[in-house]
Amino acid sequence: MAIEVRIPTILRSYTGGAKVVEGAGDTLGDLLTDLDSRHAGLRGRLVTDAGVLHRFVNVYVNDEDVRFLGALDAKLSDGDSVTILPAVAGGAFGFAAAAAISSHSAAAAAISSHSISRDSAAAARDAVAAR
Amino acid sequence: MHVLSIDRSIIDAIVAHARRDHPDEACGVVAGAVGSDTPTRHIPMDNAARSMTFYEFDSVEHLRVWREMDDRDEEPVVIYHSHTATEAYPSRTDVSFAGEPGAHYLLVSTREPDSEEIRSFRIVDGVVTEEPVQIVEAGVDPHAVQSYMFGQSPATVDYECSGR
Repeated sequence: MAIEVRIPTILRSYTGGAKVVEGAGDTLGDLLTDLDSRHAGLRGRLVTDAGVLHRFVNVYVNDEDVRFLGALDAKLSDGDSVTILPAVAGGAFGFAAAAAISSHSAAAAAISSHSISRDSAAAARDAVAAR
Repeated sequence: MHVLSIDRSIIDAIVAHARRDHPDEACGVVAGAVGSDTPTRHIPMDNAARSMTFYEFDSVEHLRVWREMDDRDEEPVVIYHSHTATEAYPSRTDVSFAGEPGAHYLLVSTREPDSEEIRSFRIVDGVVTEEPVQIVEAGVDPHAVQSYMFGQSPATVDYECSGR
């Protein structure tokens, strides 16, 4: 099973300069383990010691941010395209404060996406009820 | 030494974006043809953090814009953001998150209400190197350029070549 993975400039030192590599796996976590067997060190740039995706790396399956697909548990199928982009972030704040804010905003994003999907589910139910 | 050479109209658009979003930090990209080192297409981005002290591209917009650049054989020549209460110098946060070693990191400080500080940096492997910003005046002799060395504010310079 082949999955195309697009590698950002800053991580191409792990792929011998290659912009696109192929890997295999049923989940994003499996795919990263597979890639790491040929591109040692790549996984460590994406996954923390605690075993979760780094907050400031964006990983997409096709066009979707994997944070909304289960992160490392996101399911993959043959022919999927995975894109890795380092988050573009920064600002005047000190690092520790920024990290605190960012985990807060990640939580806020998760909550708001949850409420959006609940709202749209409710809207769908209302539409059915109105018929 | 590296120099950032950029059109006056793009600088004006970046400053206008920074002023519009003040006191929140503003952020964006200027794309240019791959390998040209010439920024030509200004793309203001949403600051998903909507913060006075932090910026972050929205992840979905980030992917869309990066794909679009790929399709057009462009790359992010300039990545800019504003500091709204401090100087236009990369913070520790900026340095630790800088993930595009080929880009010019442009900072605009809007802490003064009627003048902007505009500075540009390379950030590679945690090392910050400041570079001069050369602003090219369009519609005038293309060789008539105004250079700002290391942190001078454009507001303090006479524009003898601008024709305005």
